[in-house]
Amino acid sequence: MTKMYPRDNNHNPVIVTGFGGKDGQRRELTMPARYAINAILVALFVFGGNFLVGEGLISRYQTVVFEQIGVYVLMTVSLNIVTGYLGQLPLGHAGFMSIGGYACAIFIIRMMPLFGLDAQSMASGSTPAVILFVVGLLFGGICAALMGVVIGIPALRLRGDYLAIITLGFAEIIRVVLVNIDSALGFKLTGGASGLTGIPAYTGYLNTAIVVSLAIFAIHTLMKSRHGRAILAIRDNEIAAEASGVNTTYYKTLAFVFSAFLAGIAGGLYAGCIGVMAPAKFGFMKSVEILVMVVLGGMGSMFGSVVSATVLTVLPEALRAFADYRMVAYAIVLILVMIFRPEGLFGSYDFSLSRIIERIMNKDFPWNKDDSDEQTDVPVNAKADAQANEQADTQVDVQAEASTDSKEA
Amino acid sequence: MFLTQVLNGLQLGSIYALVALGYTMVYGIILLLNFAHGDIIMFGSYVAWIALVQLGLNPAIAVLLAIFGCVVLGVLIDKVAYAPLREAPRLSILITAIGVSYLLENGVQLLLGADAKVVPSIIDLGTVQVFGSTLSGTALLTVAVTIVATVVLTLLVQKTRLGKAMRAVSEDMGAARLMGVNVNSTISFTFAVGSALAGIAAILYSMAYQQVSPTMGVMLGTKAFVAAVLGGIGSIPGAVIGGLIVGFSEVFVAAFGLSVWQDAVVFLLLILVLVVKPTGLLGRPVTEKV
Repeated sequence: MTKMYPRDNNHNPVIVTGFGGKDGQRRELTMPARYAINAILVALFVFGGNFLVGEGLISRYQTVVFEQIGVYVLMTVSLNIVTGYLGQLPLGHAGFMSIGGYACAIFIIRMMPLFGLDAQSMASGSTPAVILFVVGLLFGGICAALMGVVIGIPALRLRGDYLAIITLGFAEIIRVVLVNIDSALGFKLTGGASGLTGIPAYTGYLNTAIVVSLAIFAIHTLMKSRHGRAILAIRDNEIAAEASGVNTTYYKTLAFVFSAFLAGIAGGLYAGCIGVMAPAKFGFMKSVEILVMVVLGGMGSMFGSVVSATVLTVLPEALRAFADYRMVAYAIVLILVMIFRPEGLFGSYDFSLSRIIERIMNKDFPWNKDDSDEQTDVPVNAKADAQANEQADTQVDVQAEASTDSKEA
Repeated sequence: MFLTQVLNGLQLGSIYALVALGYTMVYGIILLLNFAHGDIIMFGSYVAWIALVQLGLNPAIAVLLAIFGCVVLGVLIDKVAYAPLREAPRLSILITAIGVSYLLENGVQLLLGADAKVVPSIIDLGTVQVFGSTLSGTALLTVAVTIVATVVLTLLVQKTRLGKAMRAVSEDMGAARLMGVNVNSTISFTFAVGSALAGIAAILYSMAYQQVSPTMGVMLGTKAFVAAVLGGIGSIPGAVIGGLIVGFSEVFVAAFGLSVWQDAVVFLLLILVLVVKPTGLLGRPVTEKV
């Protein structure tokens, strides 16, 4: 039902890029214009929000909630790489988050004296603090990614449920190790079951917003690239992808490790936001919670992941009075969504501002439907086809009559 | 002392084996990792607790009620949550199973509280002295019940019409339907049998540990699934062997004073087996259809 545009000899629409375009030609935004619009909006969101925090218009509590939203958005979009784009189901995402969180927090705590920082100045935004924050976060992400390689290589050889159970097993092993490593090593590293305390509050509005925006941009560019298409091909049909020359083992591991890396970064942000890391927080339930966010938003939809992670983080805060019912409601919603809308609320729909702007530029609104193209699209030999169909129909009719005749006889 | 540890291993392994049988049967027939299976056990234990403590019923009736409750719940879960998704992608039905598991845990927690409840002793069997070792009667009963249940299950699957139908559906659902097997009722029956085994496991578990809590099914279920995968999923002797391996390794790790590591050891064992032999010890290799 798209609008009719002039077509070239191969019947492809003639496309005019740039803001211009004569009447009757489809107008499109150029790529630099698209990137510029999105970059301006993201910058407005990041720095505008930071300005509001600085002015005190966003309270401390709201900032913490925002940081948590950032962490969960990052967890959800990273799990979405494996579940939505690659089509596998790992159940140990919280394990990567805990690895990244612990690694980042321990690194920053140990390195602070070397940089001449203390817990107060770590949150100040001075240059050494920013450098340490970035290095610590990357360190956490890389530790999680290494663990992703270790887990991914054996796990990704297995299919479906085996992958789920083996990642679940690894996450449990990570949790047990985090609880018991201190007694095995003989010195204090993770703080055991009671947790790691004294983590400086290095996570703030500004760095959460920047990190999450960068991560989403990275995933977006990955998925729009050749590598992203290979990952999608594996989801759609692994055997066909392999037959078409996609190195499935390589791309499965790549997606898995990238997802683990981002989960590790999310863990690093989480540690700085909460201030205490305890292994019990990263059990199976946490992995399921993230999975619920991915599934609810729509597997393979980044927009869906962001929206559902935001809603499911804000809702429990807003509905503290009903905290007891939250988990039951989660479960029922999950089952109902699977039964009635298995592709998730947004399916594979992804929000694109450029697409909307282009529609406005072309006055391409749903209520402006132009039905004329349906008639012009009818091929020249349609009449002949229709006649052929009629003939076929009559033949079938004759056969049907013949068979009824024979039955009667 | 050694004999006591062996019996402990057998007892724990038997419980895992019974639960693993439920996993393996459901997986064998509809290729579903039934995450809710562990929670069916939790439900059965709560039914026993309500019957014994709240209603003060005779222990024998409480046992029957618990098993019956598990069967009803298992079939109900299949009809309500899984049956609408028979043709859906595997991922959807797996996530539904996680949802059901979540619902049962949190539903029970909401209704009865998160704290563990004490289940009174169902039957007091005392202890037996063998070669100077003290063996608990409960443990011996657990092992005996498991042996009987496994034998009955094997006969059921191998010798009866229903068993033949189950094997046929597990082999090829479409072909079985064409041969006149009522696929839906066969699947329901499989869920009923698996849940009945879960009910028996629930009673044996409550006898061994004498307490129930809403999340008791998570670890029990996960480890029993590990047992089923270890032994080769879909195979009845495999599930029993896997259950015993998991039970023994836990008991012996604890006997060496490393009980904090026992969960990690079980999962490490699983990973090692899957890496070496991805179909488990007794599993059949599956060729993928294009």
